[in-house]
Amino acid sequence: MKNIIDTIFANATRAIAFGVLLLLAWIFTVLFEHSLESLQAFGFDFILEDKWAPNLEKFGALPAIYGSVVSTFLAMVLAVPVAMGIAIFLSEIAHAKLKTPVGISIELLAAIPSVIYGMWGLFYFVPIIRDVFGGVGISMLTAGIVLSIMILPFMAAVTRDAMNTTPDILKESAYALGATKWDVIKDVVIPYAKSGIIGSFILALGRAIGETMAVTFVMGNVHKISTNLTEPATSIPVALANEFAEADSDLYYSSLFELALILLVVSFVIISIAKFYFLRRKRVGQ
Amino acid sequence: MATIVEITEEKALEVKNFEFTYAGADVPSVKKLDMPVAKNSITALIGPSGCGKTTLLRSFNRMHDLYPGNKYEGEILFKERNILLPKEDLIRLRIQIGMIFQKPTAFPMSIFDNVAYGLRLQGLKNKTELKDRVEKALQDAAIWNEVKDRLTHDANGLSGGQQQRLCIARAVAVEPEVLLFDEPTSALDPISTGGIEELIVQLRERVSIIIVTHNMQQAARVSDYTGFMYLGELIELGRTEELFVTPREKLTEEYITGKFG
Amino acid sequence: MTHTQKRIFTSQVVMVLSTASAVVGIGFLFWILGVLIINGVDALTLTIFTTEGTPPGSGSGGLKHALVGQLMLVFYASMFGVPLGVLAGTYLSEYSQKSKIGEMIRDISDIMMSAPSIVIGAFVYAIVVAPMGHFSGWAGSIALTIIMLPIVLRTTDDMLQLVPSTLREAAFALGAPKYKVILQVVYRGAKAGILTGILLAVARVGGETAPLLFTSFNDNFLNMDMMQPVASLTVTMYNYATSPYEDWQKLGWAAAFILSMFILAINILGRLILLKKKVK
Repeated sequence: MKNIIDTIFANATRAIAFGVLLLLAWIFTVLFEHSLESLQAFGFDFILEDKWAPNLEKFGALPAIYGSVVSTFLAMVLAVPVAMGIAIFLSEIAHAKLKTPVGISIELLAAIPSVIYGMWGLFYFVPIIRDVFGGVGISMLTAGIVLSIMILPFMAAVTRDAMNTTPDILKESAYALGATKWDVIKDVVIPYAKSGIIGSFILALGRAIGETMAVTFVMGNVHKISTNLTEPATSIPVALANEFAEADSDLYYSSLFELALILLVVSFVIISIAKFYFLRRKRVGQ
Repeated sequence: MATIVEITEEKALEVKNFEFTYAGADVPSVKKLDMPVAKNSITALIGPSGCGKTTLLRSFNRMHDLYPGNKYEGEILFKERNILLPKEDLIRLRIQIGMIFQKPTAFPMSIFDNVAYGLRLQGLKNKTELKDRVEKALQDAAIWNEVKDRLTHDANGLSGGQQQRLCIARAVAVEPEVLLFDEPTSALDPISTGGIEELIVQLRERVSIIIVTHNMQQAARVSDYTGFMYLGELIELGRTEELFVTPREKLTEEYITGKFG
Repeated sequence: MTHTQKRIFTSQVVMVLSTASAVVGIGFLFWILGVLIINGVDALTLTIFTTEGTPPGSGSGGLKHALVGQLMLVFYASMFGVPLGVLAGTYLSEYSQKSKIGEMIRDISDIMMSAPSIVIGAFVYAIVVAPMGHFSGWAGSIALTIIMLPIVLRTTDDMLQLVPSTLREAAFALGAPKYKVILQVVYRGAKAGILTGILLAVARVGGETAPLLFTSFNDNFLNMDMMQPVASLTVTMYNYATSPYEDWQKLGWAAAFILSMFILAINILGRLILLKKKVK
């Protein structure tokens, strides 16, 4: 009797766990199937074409890809130094009394939904950009900045965790040779935690590139490649968020699905690099 | 009152009426301690866990300053100055008084860069001079022959005993006057331990050494003077051969005969 | 300046810069929090909780529809996501051990945890919304379930592995079958950790907007039929905030405030549970 229940339980858990693998395969398959029409219509030109004109049934992903790359790049350029600063502050400078409360607030801020960051950006940051740079304020630059603020808490928290893995005794050894705090950070802490730090940056990059809500509010969804950062632009997630519910032709849908597929593949690759190359998982309990 | 033997040699360090209190603690961890440290000799500090020997050791290079709120009182005299004064230049102090830790602490860089680290911190850039001094330090630490063909390799690829000798090379490269050893062999196997002990004895000719050890045999093997500490106080400081054979304090006798600890 | 003085100077400059960047970064974050609280508290009234949406400009609308909708979406997502995630995590920790396929499931879950949620929305659109012909609450809940699953799975896996194997062995030694050992001993040992993981997963999907945009869509009125489009706080917030009407924007802030407080409260609760466990 008990053997039957045991077998059922074991197999049920296994089936569900394997289901996760199937689920991912299913997601890829479905997105691919729905992209077929667009793939057949445009082929490789889809990602090289800079015209996105639903009324003409012409779809080129280049502006959205360009927007994703540029907004993410801006976000990383702005967030990386500040995240490093916060991580250094939290792990090496702050007094113990400040470390915990500031550390916890940063972790909590990382849990605030991105839609809130987007809303803040729309009401409080767009006017500032408008006043400083002119234009409407809704722009690639605004999106990059809001995105950088959104990924900042996550990046800072993970970077701090990576830095905190440096054994005290190793830092003390450098101090014992007459090193200053900065010597210790650059010669011991950062080299020691290097792969963890780079991994956390890449992971943040993976999140930023797929982030939708923080940027949708402030980017404008204009399919146009412009080198002027203060002009409205679009990115893959922004285009999806704005157009998916109102696409009116099969080819339009298919093109949006292809955008989603591109986004999934790109984030999948980025996150895999971060996880498997830099953040090899340490098994718990060993 | 502690029983302290007369030191005939010149003194490298002199501890006077020293007290140390950790941040947030009510009572000091080292209490009203007086202790001379002889020059060019090896002084071992022994005593049960928590007796304050490591705390005292880490006061000599002001390691405690890395963590806020710790408090020193009294004096530690080194080169005719009290190094506990706030105006003490800690960088200079730590170059003059080096330290070796419980575990090997090879930095995440090459073998050469590890040994050159302290020299580079001091601004030494001349390549030939760096090379010469690194080689000399590695020879002094009796590890040159083992690593001379792989100086550019990652230091973490060395065995534990080799890493510890590398750390000693790194410390002697900057030519300190005093070296502090904090249980340097506690993470090593007996053979590596023997090698390190031999090395410590050889180093005595050029530096004054203070070594904290859990291991009484080690103290007896390597040191010239031994101090026994208990509950934050120095109970007895004597010539090693005398202290282990004819201790003057009852507590010392009980400890070395294994009645507690 | 000597070399050492230069080093000390550089070190001090870097320390000042780090502290400054921390102040700036944290300043931005508290700015957002401050804006949220000021606008949220300003817009918060009791009638918000009892009134449904109204056309813009009337100034009398509420968020009842969105609150109820949000709770339904998250509730049903948890109904599926939590048991499925816990059981799959149990397989990884208790049955698969170090097998290759187990490791692969772990890796895939890790990746799915960071995958763009809007893509999950597109997937659910294709498999649920398109065949049904219209948006629905179920579609939204399914999207949230997919996002929740890997999070619950990985925390369960991690927490179960923290349970000392001696505990399992002791139970086996008494002759208990494996499923009983798991249900009665292992789960109990990992209770606090798993609960925290579930709470954090609920908080995570509770703040999701992108995957709902074209699954559960939105509704300006109270709808409890999961076969039809269902309002959510997040999508309502997006629609209201981007509208040109001041009263809607205000409601958007109220929604943002309620949602954030809810999510922060769950996060803090989760931390307290773990903390209490540690103190014991």
